[in-house]
Amino acid sequence: MSRASAIEIAGLDVTFGRGRRAFRAVRDASFSVTAGSSFGLVGESGSGKTTVLRALAGLLPPAARIRGEMRLHGEPLRPARSRPLRRRLQMVFQDPYGSLHPRHTVDRILGEPARVHGLDSIDRRIVDALADVGLDASFRFRFPHQLSGGQRQRIAIARALIIEPAIVLLDEPTSALDVSVQAEILNLLQRLRREHALTFVLVSHDLAVVSHMCEALAVMRAGEVIENAGVETLRADALRHEYSRELLQAAQGYRTTPAGMPPAER
Amino acid sequence: MSAVRAWLLVDVPRSRWQARCQRFFLGWLAFRQNAGAVAGLAIVAALVAAALLAPWISGSTGVVPDLGNRLQPPGAAFWFGTDELGRDIFDRIVWGSRITLYIVGLVTVIVVPIGLAVGVVAGYVGGWLDSALMRLTDIFLAFPRLILALAFVAALGPGLENAVLAIALTAWSPYARIARAEALTLRHSDFILAARSQGIPHHRVLAGHVAPMCMSSVIVRLTLDMAGIILTAAGLGFLGLGAQPPTPEWGAMIALGRDYLLDQWWVPAFPGLAILVVSLGFNLLGDGLRDVLDPKSRS
Repeated sequence: MSRASAIEIAGLDVTFGRGRRAFRAVRDASFSVTAGSSFGLVGESGSGKTTVLRALAGLLPPAARIRGEMRLHGEPLRPARSRPLRRRLQMVFQDPYGSLHPRHTVDRILGEPARVHGLDSIDRRIVDALADVGLDASFRFRFPHQLSGGQRQRIAIARALIIEPAIVLLDEPTSALDVSVQAEILNLLQRLRREHALTFVLVSHDLAVVSHMCEALAVMRAGEVIENAGVETLRADALRHEYSRELLQAAQGYRTTPAGMPPAER
Repeated sequence: MSAVRAWLLVDVPRSRWQARCQRFFLGWLAFRQNAGAVAGLAIVAALVAAALLAPWISGSTGVVPDLGNRLQPPGAAFWFGTDELGRDIFDRIVWGSRITLYIVGLVTVIVVPIGLAVGVVAGYVGGWLDSALMRLTDIFLAFPRLILALAFVAALGPGLENAVLAIALTAWSPYARIARAEALTLRHSDFILAARSQGIPHHRVLAGHVAPMCMSSVIVRLTLDMAGIILTAAGLGFLGLGAQPPTPEWGAMIALGRDYLLDQWWVPAFPGLAILVVSLGFNLLGDGLRDVLDPKSRS
């Protein structure tokens, strides 16, 4: 491999519950993400892709049993996370209506993580973070319920970026948004990745989004990674596994190209 | 005045301080729309005023007997009449407002933090700690309130402070239950997960993220409890375990006045009316506060 891996996952196994009720949500999943790239994790709902993301973020409930290896820039990732480690790995959630505290102002949502991590000149950072996601300072003292879905997701992205992470985990960041807003958010994410030299792990069921955003992808089904491929393979329609091809066909069948987004070349 | 108003109502606040003032002012504007809440606030304000200004409002200390004026009916000389020892009932109610406020305030200060802390920790942490804390809560819930308070006072000795302490120790458990129920639903919500993934320490998540979401239910429960707290204090006073005579505690006044209920109705009726009005005031105020404290209910 020419560039260093930001994330390596080898033989990851996640089981919820015990005994006969045990449910293996992720089975022997392996993939690696090149530093500075964007990696797509695709699959239908229930395929375990969000569980993989939460395992990476250290957000699985303590009852979940995790086996296998996760490495961040070569260091092993364990369920117990130190604060500096948490800082390097941030997450943007699927539903911007649920991921912002309803009683906190934008000022607090952005300011608290910065304060907790001991950053300086917090006022300037808050204004900068807002500007970074395309919002002006007038949003600073608003509550989430005074914002639209797209604005909320921008705040959620600003919250993840204000503590300067190396890796951002994106859990279907646009699927709860209007089609017209989706493209804006995706382009915003692309720009932020370039400007801040971030590594993205993007979970999505939409192959169009993945082919627009990512350089490599893994396809998951029923908890297993069934295919690891570069995005050229996806665009060339040369996915090896039959299920991956079916998924691609399904995506193309229903695809309505969002405005402002180039259609995937095939 | 209008400059202050404009500063408070500006579209885009320029500082954290201005934003906070603006939120407070908008809350007040919303609160003012609710007639019941304003009435509640007026009653509670009157109670506080009576407590503060008791020496100037009343003509006597309310404790010195005046046997020549025993059981006088309400009239120009004695607005609410006099009791069996000739003391002015109006004066006693005014002085009693201090005791009522003292009981209510102290119980609130003890009960809300304890109940919130226990419930929020139990719901958020879960596991064996949740089971342990909730069994403890169950034990306190299972005891009849007055009996448990009696036991505490018997152990600690009679007196108003001990009565308050006893009430507080028996009253926190429902708050723990409410807070736990809220914390349980919040525990897996995205905004709490987001806070955790950002490395915000647990104590900050509990105090700054989980607890505020429990406050509206707790406030409602607290205002509904106020009447019960005043009455429990009165019950303890009646049994000789709370406020000691001649302290003009409203509940004790009713208890002593019940012998005269048929012929001299005013002796128990006016303290009873005072309790009724104050309880109503707290309920109305709490209702209004809950609406204002939830920023989603106003835009």
